[in-house]
Amino acid sequence: MNAPESNPAYVIAQKARFDAPIRLKGGAELPSFEIAYETYGELNAAKSNAVLVCHALNASHHVAGVYEDDKENVGWWDNLVGPGKPLDTRRFFVVGSNYLGSCFGSTGPASINPASGRPWGAEFPVVTVEDWVEAQARLADRLGIERFAAVIGGSLGAMQALQWALSYPERIRHSIVIAAAARLSPQNIAFNEVARQAIMTDPDFHGGHYYDKGVVPTRGLRIARMIGHITYLSGEAMAEKFGRLLRRGAPGFDFDIDFEIESYLRYQGDKFSTYFDANTYLRITKALDYFDPAADFGGDLTKALARARAAFLVVSFKSDWRFPPARSRELVRALLDNRRIVSYLELDAPGGHDAFLLEDERYHAALRAYLGNIEL
Amino acid sequence: MRPDLAAIVHWVPRGARVLDLGCGDGTLLRSLWHEREAPGYGVEIDDDSVIACVANDVNVLQVDLESGLSLFADGSFDCVILSETLQTIHRTELLMREMLRVGREMIVSFPNFGHWSARLQVLLGRMPVSETLPYEWYETPNVHHCTVADFEDLCRRLGVRIRERLVLHEGKPVTLLPNLFGSLAVYRCTAG
Repeated sequence: MNAPESNPAYVIAQKARFDAPIRLKGGAELPSFEIAYETYGELNAAKSNAVLVCHALNASHHVAGVYEDDKENVGWWDNLVGPGKPLDTRRFFVVGSNYLGSCFGSTGPASINPASGRPWGAEFPVVTVEDWVEAQARLADRLGIERFAAVIGGSLGAMQALQWALSYPERIRHSIVIAAAARLSPQNIAFNEVARQAIMTDPDFHGGHYYDKGVVPTRGLRIARMIGHITYLSGEAMAEKFGRLLRRGAPGFDFDIDFEIESYLRYQGDKFSTYFDANTYLRITKALDYFDPAADFGGDLTKALARARAAFLVVSFKSDWRFPPARSRELVRALLDNRRIVSYLELDAPGGHDAFLLEDERYHAALRAYLGNIEL
Repeated sequence: MRPDLAAIVHWVPRGARVLDLGCGDGTLLRSLWHEREAPGYGVEIDDDSVIACVANDVNVLQVDLESGLSLFADGSFDCVILSETLQTIHRTELLMREMLRVGREMIVSFPNFGHWSARLQVLLGRMPVSETLPYEWYETPNVHHCTVADFEDLCRRLGVRIRERLVLHEGKPVTLLPNLFGSLAVYRCTAG
């Protein structure tokens, strides 16, 4: 096994433009669209070593490495993806694809609507996980990838990895589904709705048409992000990281920041509101809420997964209360009912939902072992 | 390979669907695949063992046996295996019922606490330590020791039918007074 090393070259963000229209699950049609993506490693001659990395809520196609002109901007899964890392780019050709509706380069609400010549804003359709997979499939066609060796993702990214096995059973050999749920619980949806309400009731939201008004619903985005962050961390991790530490050493008996956790949430909220688009946030939380492969099968997940052909690796984390292990076990049970090849890891990592992004020794050892056994 | 595992490989029909409970690093499942073309899944709780299974290209499910086998549908396996794990289970009856719910037959192996050396050590006032019972009392993962006679009693009580039995000592079959001279017992059972 080779020791990890830094990426030998800088990574380059690319865009693929598609002029054939895409019909979305919600009924709307985009006449054309662009998908932002990055690739790492080389596609082999047999084109059998491609791995698609799907990102979660607030990330992008920038999965690993840094840009030549922005060396601080490290890819969101750089601890996993790279030369000598568990998803080894010396062996695999890794594709990071940005989803449709994003604010990081793919066509989204801030893009220009060709019909009006103005930003889509509120008119940009609600997109789904199925739509994202459809767009990614077109990107795969463009890159000459007939079949992925694996599609991998955590959280919302894992839902895409699962949907790939359902939308294109013959085009994916392995589906790696980490910290996922086969559908959101009412509690998950409730958190999303609070986040959406925070954005939509912000006076600067203007019904989604804030781009030409020169404002951003910053307050709504901040609160949405703060709510999100609470669900990404485990209570244990939060207690360990922040405890009841007081910023000013003693209670202020006012409404300025007292506790460290308040400071952390405000910081995360502020940071997020400077780079994330509110219209995109509304749409991805909807994509999460709507995702439910069993819906067309009377709620029967076993029937829904009958068409999957891929081998599955499902990973959950015990401290994840957003998508707890029981949700992953539902998925595993349905795969077993269908006699699919599946391995399931339920790791005792403390990081909560965010554990899928962290560098846990056992987690990475398992992924390294699994990926290492994929035949090219 | 452990002598009980060799016996188990021999007993599993070619192409059978197997479930190996407490599968360790997946050695048995690998042999079953290579020698009997029997596809299967392992169940294991220990992190390192689970990762070893993944490295060995064995399907493994990290769940706790004590909570039953709720991941598995009725009759979904030809053969459910519990090798040298029975003695570590708290809810023995529940697990045995569950094994015969999800599988047509079960294969169980366990160290025989009735072996003369164990009896002698107890007679001398000590908890037994031997090749098949390698732990000191204060560090053992074992919670439910039993003898060949005890296990057969439980099978009777649960309505489990014993189809085959192999009692071993140092890898060799013991036919004379197996509960006294055998240190490792292997059973193949079905429901009723």
